[in-house]
Amino acid sequence: MKLVTAIIKPFKLDEVKDALTEAGVQGMTVSEVKGFGRQKGHKETYRGTEYQIDFVPKVKLELAIADDLEGKILDTLRTAAKTGSIGDGKIFVSDLNIVIRIRTGETGEGAL
Amino acid sequence: MKHSTFSFMWLLVVILSVCCGPATVWAQDGTPGAIDTGDTAWILVSSAFVLCMTLPGLALFYGGLVRSKNVLGTLMHTAIILCLISIVWVLLGYTLAFGTDVGGVIGSLEFLFSLGVGQDAYPGTGIPHLAFMVFQLMFAAITVALITGSFAERMKFTALLLFAVLWSVLIYSPLAHWVWGGGWLAEMGALDFAGGAVVHISSGFAALVCALMLGQRKGYGVESMVPHNLPMTVMGTGLLWFGWFGFNAGSALGANGGAASAFVATHIAACAGGISWMGAEWLRTGKPTMLGVASGIIAGLATITPGAGFVSPLAALLIGLVAGVVCYAAVVLKIRLGYDDSLDVVAIHGVGGFTGILATGIFASVGAQGLLYGTPGQFVIQFVLAVSTLVFVVVGTFVILKVVDLVVGLRVSSEEEEIGLDLSQHSERAYS
Ligand SMILES: Nc1ncnc2c1ncn2[C@@H]1O[C@H](COP(=O)(O)OP(=O)(O)OP(=O)(O)O)[C@@H](O)[C@H]1O
Ligand SMILES: [Mg+2]
Repeated sequence: MKLVTAIIKPFKLDEVKDALTEAGVQGMTVSEVKGFGRQKGHKETYRGTEYQIDFVPKVKLELAIADDLEGKILDTLRTAAKTGSIGDGKIFVSDLNIVIRIRTGETGEGAL
Repeated sequence: MKHSTFSFMWLLVVILSVCCGPATVWAQDGTPGAIDTGDTAWILVSSAFVLCMTLPGLALFYGGLVRSKNVLGTLMHTAIILCLISIVWVLLGYTLAFGTDVGGVIGSLEFLFSLGVGQDAYPGTGIPHLAFMVFQLMFAAITVALITGSFAERMKFTALLLFAVLWSVLIYSPLAHWVWGGGWLAEMGALDFAGGAVVHISSGFAALVCALMLGQRKGYGVESMVPHNLPMTVMGTGLLWFGWFGFNAGSALGANGGAASAFVATHIAACAGGISWMGAEWLRTGKPTMLGVASGIIAGLATITPGAGFVSPLAALLIGLVAGVVCYAAVVLKIRLGYDDSLDVVAIHGVGGFTGILATGIFASVGAQGLLYGTPGQFVIQFVLAVSTLVFVVVGTFVILKVVDLVVGLRVSSEEEEIGLDLSQHSERAYS
């Protein structure tokens, strides 16, 4: 199993969620986060005073998926979250060892 | 303790027995004029309009501009000043401003505790004396509340209370007397329709002294001090604008052509200010902003205030356009100079009011003549009005702050400032 963590632009969330559900994802966790990449945040100006805003609002998605879905999910994420401009985000994939479905006690891929 | 409770009760008894005595009849000019129902309705409604400028208008305007840890503390400043100064005005402030003139500098104590302020017409108007008193009360309250933007996010609450009362009695009332209560500036022929000097120069330059004496907020120029809720500020702008019709058109003290003229001038200047501030910042920083438009609207309103009843719609347009650019330039200058007038009271009200007083001396054409209409002397009088207001307010505010500093201290501790006013001063949170 794999744990896919994706950081995306907040306004892309709905589109990404629909595309992922279409692709067969069973569940996901979403949180509002802040972060920066290479451009190190952005600038905002209020009444002539410029502020460097280090952390830009982003949405973080966490998906636990079966190994055979990996390719399809990553492609789906990449296309649905992409705008082509800076700050589109990142996808991190790691191996996932244990999953437990609390109500039934199932473990492994059956629990996803 | 027991003794002071007793003397307080005694004082109450005295006050009540005087209050319940026979109502004093207005007798300054012999018999009072007739009450005009239309005028009275308009001034009572205008008074409520000006209340709405203060709370919630100004409170929201300022509240949105601070960080979320200080929003209640900021709303609190305006709300408690409204309560406090209203009482101070009824008890003492009104008579100092509008009691019979004593030597051109102050009003007599004839209306102490508002005794003798009754239902008969205020001289020269068709409105009850009580309506005039309460209309003026709203001006007294908002003027002090305006100053709070300069020391936002760092003033100690007890210091705020003491400062507000002292400033209103020692600065606002005498100034209102000089300009509107038959004092020396009124005698001189100074024009201030609705408070360019009495309200805006005074609060704006008191704000400058406050910003300098309290010093910068902790982390100023280093930490982000981004406004926490600009939609709140825009809502406040709308309520201020709405209420400003009562402020300016109400200052005609009647439901008449003068009120309509002031109403139109007010609206045009607000719109022009919003447009020109936006244009100026668009040219300078590359983007038009919502906060810029909101600030420009208030700048236009503050600047037209002294001339609202004296200028044509076209002059109001020009005054509004100038206001947006000049006040924006004052904000930029503030950043260069490095003083932390946190919510730009100096740039918008001080500079706006000053500009407006001078502009009135140039463009007055309705019921008075300015420079352009053959009366250069009026411009000189306006200059004296603006400068003497500024000097009086700067010196007076300095002395009052020194006293308040000695008695209770001006600033919250550095740790309290870090935590925010909401939790440190009031033990409550806006967003939980
Ligand atoms: N190396 C990283 N580690 C953890 N989170 C990161 C990393 N890089 C980016 N992020 C997160 O992803 C968000 C979006 O990053 P972003 O797309 O701006 O990356 P980038 O490398 O700057 O690419 P681009 O040039 O396309 O903007 C960041 O705000 C941050 O939350
Ligand atoms: Mg980036």
